[in-house]
Amino acid sequence: MPQDVFAPWLDPDAKPIIQFKNVTKRFGDFIAIDDLTIDIYEREFFALLGPSGCGKTTMMRMLAGFETPTEGNILLSGQDMAPVPPNKRAVNMMFQSYALFPHLSVWENIAFGLRRDGMPKDEMAARVDEMLRLTRLEKFARRKPHQISGGQRQRVALARSLAKAPKLLLLDEPLGALDKKLRQETQFELMDIQEKTGTTFVIVTHDQEEAMTVASRVAVMDHGKIVQVATPAEIYETPNSTYVADFIGDVNLIEGKAGEKEGDKLSISWAEGQPDIIGTPQTSFDKGQTIHFAIRPEKVSITHDKPTNPVAFRGKVLDIAYLGNLSTYHVELPNGQIIKAQTANNRRISRRGFTWEDKVWVSWTDTAGVLLEN
Amino acid sequence: MRRFSWFNATSLTLGFAFLYLPMIILIIYSFNASKLVTVWAGFSTKWYGELLRNEAFLDAAWVTIKVAVISSSIATVLGTMAAIVMVRSGRFLGRTLFSGMIYAPLVMPEVITGLSLLLLFIGIGLDRGVLTIVLAHTTFSMCYVSVVVSSRLVSFDQSLEEAALDLGCSPLQAFHLVTLPIIAPAVISGWLLAFTLSLDDLVIASFTSGPSATTLPMKIWSSVRLGVSPEINALSTIMIGIVTIGVITASLVSKSNVARQQREERAAERLSAG
Ligand SMILES: Nc1ncnc2c1ncn2[C@@H]1O[C@H](COP(=O)(O)OP(=O)(O)O)[C@@H](O)[C@H]1O
Ligand SMILES: [Mg+2]
Repeated sequence: MPQDVFAPWLDPDAKPIIQFKNVTKRFGDFIAIDDLTIDIYEREFFALLGPSGCGKTTMMRMLAGFETPTEGNILLSGQDMAPVPPNKRAVNMMFQSYALFPHLSVWENIAFGLRRDGMPKDEMAARVDEMLRLTRLEKFARRKPHQISGGQRQRVALARSLAKAPKLLLLDEPLGALDKKLRQETQFELMDIQEKTGTTFVIVTHDQEEAMTVASRVAVMDHGKIVQVATPAEIYETPNSTYVADFIGDVNLIEGKAGEKEGDKLSISWAEGQPDIIGTPQTSFDKGQTIHFAIRPEKVSITHDKPTNPVAFRGKVLDIAYLGNLSTYHVELPNGQIIKAQTANNRRISRRGFTWEDKVWVSWTDTAGVLLEN
Repeated sequence: MRRFSWFNATSLTLGFAFLYLPMIILIIYSFNASKLVTVWAGFSTKWYGELLRNEAFLDAAWVTIKVAVISSSIATVLGTMAAIVMVRSGRFLGRTLFSGMIYAPLVMPEVITGLSLLLLFIGIGLDRGVLTIVLAHTTFSMCYVSVVVSSRLVSFDQSLEEAALDLGCSPLQAFHLVTLPIIAPAVISGWLLAFTLSLDDLVIASFTSGPSATTLPMKIWSSVRLGVSPEINALSTIMIGIVTIGVITASLVSKSNVARQQREERAAERLSAG
């Protein structure tokens, strides 16, 4: 079906709602955000992904107005935010620590922002009740924050930041304390809210699966820098560095040297006595240059008989991780290199094809992997 | 549990006797029917009645209460503000000096505080009376308030205030709607502490008061020099009562808050585990 794909970042005329322009944030000597430039567009669901301490919360706090950039500018809807205090920004933030008001009930916590706006009483009550329903907290409305569990507190924090229906909502690890089922439901709930309200979301998460599910674009961060910004599929299929490849999902990384180029294929020599790996480079490599070849385990096939794939190695099964729907086989090649191969378990476990110490072939097509410089 | 030992029991008894026997004797003798302090002549509450008819004592009591209420209220406002600045401001030049200066009056001998305030009041030509006692008491009890309040503020999660700002509060509203209600128990304890300190201060009040204002401790002190009367015992008993109630309330306010919080948190854990 011909549907307009949502991709304002490809449209040169689109106006970003958030602009970071060469923003640097230092705490003393420590550089928390390092010369960061990024545009985020209206109605985006933008995910920040990165290890702990890489500056995700700091970015959020600068957007909300609790930290000021040491250098550079932050623009919201084209307006420089530097002189605007937090309470005057059309932004709401859900705090990583929840920051619920301990002296107020769940109901009052959610109503807090609405009261400040002077919303009429009955309208406010309706809005709070709607938020309670959305986060399934109806039964806990009269409780104080310390009388509910961690997951419930997190939902109160979410409800409180959603209540004011802001144009821009910042969520700092909003679903971390929820169990898997509720987390997935809430993710869909969030996407639904966005559909309905047109809110722009910036979400920080540790959980790459979550980022993949909800995000229109994902930014992978490292040490105050953004390493790659792209759609979840691009990030997964064509990471621009071993850091991103390794951070998102499981990956086999093999280091080698660039060999001869034949057409659009490049051969990579990587170990004595092993055939070269054939790959399809996106960028050009000099002969002899160090290359990291990255391939996802699910793109590696594992067979008893010699396969027809252009890249194939003989090895033995070292370890099997059974994950229910999937199994990951760790196959050791004669030179010690471990290759992970993942297969779907469409058969019952008793009739599974491979077991420990089995001699097998691992193989892949010449377009399955990515060639990376670093 | 330690085993019971005669040595421990004896030291405990002697220690408490040393502390409280004089007060107990005072309280008992305030109910003595005899005019002579040293002779027991049966139970009576007549000295309490006498006290109520003694204009001088009543005046002094009124001055004391007035001074205590006003000075502890001002001290609570100023002390809380000082605590917030000291806890929040982070590092700045001369921070240690500043915090030292807030706490110094705690250890300053009262005679010196009193004398220096007296010199100040004479210097600026302020007539000594209720006002000067209030100023003096505010000065020293403010330090106690700021110690009590800052110990609470240290554990106060500042993201709560940020959340309030984020939801549209001005900084003042954030303080008033979020910070103050949460630190209220500490502020109330601070007020009660300042109140009782003002109530039983003799030295600083003596230095800073004039002929127009006499506080109860001053009145007691001056009448005792003419000989102990049963009325004084009755008065002292009342003051012991007030101070005891004040101190117990202050500690209950902060304890019950902690206890309730812990109880409810345990309940929440059971709830989420179940
Ligand atoms: N107020 C602060 N003072 C000093 N260092 C800070 C401050 N806030 C954050 N940092 C440092 O900045 C880095 C990034 O922090 P943060 O943005 O919270 O990371 P995360 O990506 O885990 O959310 C961390 O190393 C942290 O120690
Ligand atoms: Mg963080």
